Amino acid sequence: MSSTTEHVEDAAAEGEHHGHDGHVPSDGYFIKIAIILAIVTALETSTYWWPEGAQSWAIPALLIMMAIKFFMIVSIFMHLKFDSKIFSFMFYTGLVLAIFVYMVFLFTFQYFRS
Amino acid sequence: MADIAVHDEHTHHEGYEDHTPHATSTGLSNNKLAMWLFLGSECLLFGGLIATYMLYRGRHEGGPAPDQIFDIPLTSVSSFILLMSSLTMVLAVNSAKRKDDRNTNLWLVVTALLGALFVGGQVYEFTAFYQEGLGFTTSLFGSSFYTLTGFHGVHVTLGIIMLLALAAIITRDRITGDKAEVVELVGLYWHFVDVVWVIIFTLVYLIPA
Repeated sequence: MSSTTEHVEDAAAEGEHHGHDGHVPSDGYFIKIAIILAIVTALETSTYWWPEGAQSWAIPALLIMMAIKFFMIVSIFMHLKFDSKIFSFMFYTGLVLAIFVYMVFLFTFQYFRS
Repeated sequence: MADIAVHDEHTHHEGYEDHTPHATSTGLSNNKLAMWLFLGSECLLFGGLIATYMLYRGRHEGGPAPDQIFDIPLTSVSSFILLMSSLTMVLAVNSAKRKDDRNTNLWLVVTALLGALFVGGQVYEFTAFYQEGLGFTTSLFGSSFYTLTGFHGVHVTLGIIMLLALAAIITRDRITGDKAEVVELVGLYWHFVDVVWVIIFTLVYLIPA
């Protein structure tokens, strides 16, 4: 009985430590993040007008910028950075599974051959 | 006994309402856990749609090709609007945590309006594409494009309904449980919809076929 109580108390304390009320960033912090995201979006869009010779750099640059935006939104706006690791596990398990399954799908249909 | 022990630990937080979860075996909110599980499963749904589009985007025989119809400046503005709606959503969540109902409602409605602008842009885009000869059954590119972006548009529309319903419920003070957590859950859904668009904007619109 007491060990169960201790277990629940520990889990609750951990939840509180990582929980959303353990660390609440200010509005100003979120505005700064949004400005960074807007700048990255502008850079992404600018690749559309890059000269022909620079187009070979466009795809890796776009993929990197996409990943930066993705992780900034997920970790900061969605609070994963400040929340319990269990939430991160739930989400990233689905994400990694999706990437794995659909990469296999694309390889099976020889998408990357050309 | 365990319930009491957990409740005591969560009773008081300076400056914020007590919006911690009820006692659970993990010490975390089951609602939030379920929402993250749902979002994880949504990755598989959108992963399938994006992979199918990637496979078929070169199959545009009998219809216009992607580079002939995409309007990048317009889509960039739409993307920017959706990105800014994520900022207003997070401001709504922060206001809810401060028990500031007035600002929570304000930011929720602004988020819904920005979402509606995005959906309006998508409807305009679909109409323009249709007039240029790209119907749902014109080509495999058309089918996979409309399915992917249409599914995303439906998600945004559902999000707008959720935001407006939540604003109405908060105005009437009908939330019996943890108000900040409810706003946060709707916020998680909204940010996910935004993050999916970040991927669609790059892979579908910006990376040439």
